[in-house]
Amino acid sequence: LVFTEEDKYGLYSNLLFKYFLAEGIVCGHDLFVASAKEHPDNILKELPAPLLDDTYGKELGDEAAAVKSDDFQDSMKIAWRYQNLPKMEASPTTYTKFGHYYDVSKKMSPELCQSVKWHSFYLHEELSFESKTKAWNMNSGYARLLQSIQRIISQEGFDGSDPQKKQRNVLRIGIQSLGSILWGDDVCCSDPPEDPHSLTKFLYVLRGLLRKSLSACIITVPAHLIQNKAIMERVTNLSDMVVGLESFIGSERETNPLYKDYHGLVHVHQIPRLNSLICDVSDTKDLAFRLKRKLFTIERLHLPPDLSDTVSRASKQDLAGSAKLLSSGCGAMAMGEKHLDF
Amino acid sequence: QGKFTLLRDTRTDGSFLVHHFLSFYLRAGCKVCFVALLQSFSHYNIVAQKLGVSLAAAKERGQLVFLEGLKSCLDLLFGEQEQPGQPSPLQFLSTSDLRALFDFVRVSLTPADRGSWKGPVLLVDDLSVLLSLGAAPVAVLDFIHYCRVSVCCQLEGNVVVLVHSNEDSEDEENELVVSSLCHHSDLILWAEGLPTGFCKDVHGQIKIIKRLSLRQAAEQDLVQVYQYKIQDRNVTFFARGLSAAVL
Repeated sequence: LVFTEEDKYGLYSNLLFKYFLAEGIVCGHDLFVASAKEHPDNILKELPAPLLDDTYGKELGDEAAAVKSDDFQDSMKIAWRYQNLPKMEASPTTYTKFGHYYDVSKKMSPELCQSVKWHSFYLHEELSFESKTKAWNMNSGYARLLQSIQRIISQEGFDGSDPQKKQRNVLRIGIQSLGSILWGDDVCCSDPPEDPHSLTKFLYVLRGLLRKSLSACIITVPAHLIQNKAIMERVTNLSDMVVGLESFIGSERETNPLYKDYHGLVHVHQIPRLNSLICDVSDTKDLAFRLKRKLFTIERLHLPPDLSDTVSRASKQDLAGSAKLLSSGCGAMAMGEKHLDF
Repeated sequence: QGKFTLLRDTRTDGSFLVHHFLSFYLRAGCKVCFVALLQSFSHYNIVAQKLGVSLAAAKERGQLVFLEGLKSCLDLLFGEQEQPGQPSPLQFLSTSDLRALFDFVRVSLTPADRGSWKGPVLLVDDLSVLLSLGAAPVAVLDFIHYCRVSVCCQLEGNVVVLVHSNEDSEDEENELVVSSLCHHSDLILWAEGLPTGFCKDVHGQIKIIKRLSLRQAAEQDLVQVYQYKIQDRNVTFFARGLSAAVL
């Protein structure tokens, strides 16, 4: 259960959502798309087209080769201590062939989309919720979605209930903007919400369905709107993987030169620890993403070398201070406290 | 015998302690009732096999009673009409009433025959989930109280419970339950992420608090702190600052 906290305007989390679905199509998995905001048909029309291996691989290969030939033989003179550390690998190398790459500027062809079986759930087109048992005690929109998912899982045999089916396939479920007001849940607008347990109960039952079947699910949630932080903590406990996207649009970080190459940060709050005592923790926790014309990449956040005249690492205030300094000439008085005074 | 152990984690995942206690008590020959609310049976089974115990075999010979919360809730919500005499232990999803869960625990640990197993053990993973599913904090505390009375006092068994907590948590209900349980525990094992942040060689630190003050008025609690690193098949503990990577 991959839980994604949306960025403020939902641009980048939408992109991630579409990547998940596109990967499903390319791998031949079945899809289930649920939304209360956009009709799933429209979502599916906007999936990015997969890049054919030879063109992208060549591009990346060229880049990597250029980088390697440049400084491979350089031995460091001043910073010789760092010589033995591995080179900073910002982007994935050609050797990791896990998954596919996508071209964001092109849409996926309709024939490719039709090649897999997909199911949609658009909340406003669904019939209202009726329950057979009296056990349901949650928001009716969520309940309806759970019923729909369970029906697809058992009908299509993702839970192994149909022994005749020889080829077992995976179901990829994508749920967009869960918890928003469009689902009938007021957890994003009031604190305390009317039914604080709806979202968490939904996640628990969904987790049960996922564990019982061959499926994977991505959920995007406008977490920045949820006032009640206790709910976010509980939701984190109930998910396997929690990723937050923070975009720089409209925030003060947009103009911060530290972040000038990137469009936002990726916060990995939790990674799955399944079937094992340990989990696979990566070396670095600082990740940032950027959206180039064709590609959406997630890279390690590494700071460019500080080539300004100031001694300290510049933060936003310091940068304004140093700009004044530079414009008035180097001999001017140092105004920031961080500069060394002689 | 008759001890209540609280497993607590902050900023990290303390479930390795649950796996440890599960295999520990099964190997010791105790009858175990495991209320597993957060993960599936196969998850625990796979890890237990790495630790040298087979949960499936224990279940078959009646030593382990396993309540798989995720599966039971699906049966409750998507299943056919249940038999009237047997309410599902996960009733609280609809009624916020934990009594059915307690009855399940009591029935599974009360020895029907004079049993070949040594003392009964109740293991819960994890209690914080009950709050997410609609139970009130007071109901959760009542449930634990009833379990203590029947398992620790009447049956002279042990109870081990896992909860999550956070220092600056905004989840007041959870913090209320956790503080209350801390006061009533005989032993607290508190796994914390390192305050300095993530580290590859030291996964966290564990505080072992023996609540001697609970049994005898004049005694002080005994607190020991170790750091640990989790590996594939076991966990290594070492004194603070003496990780193998440093030495």
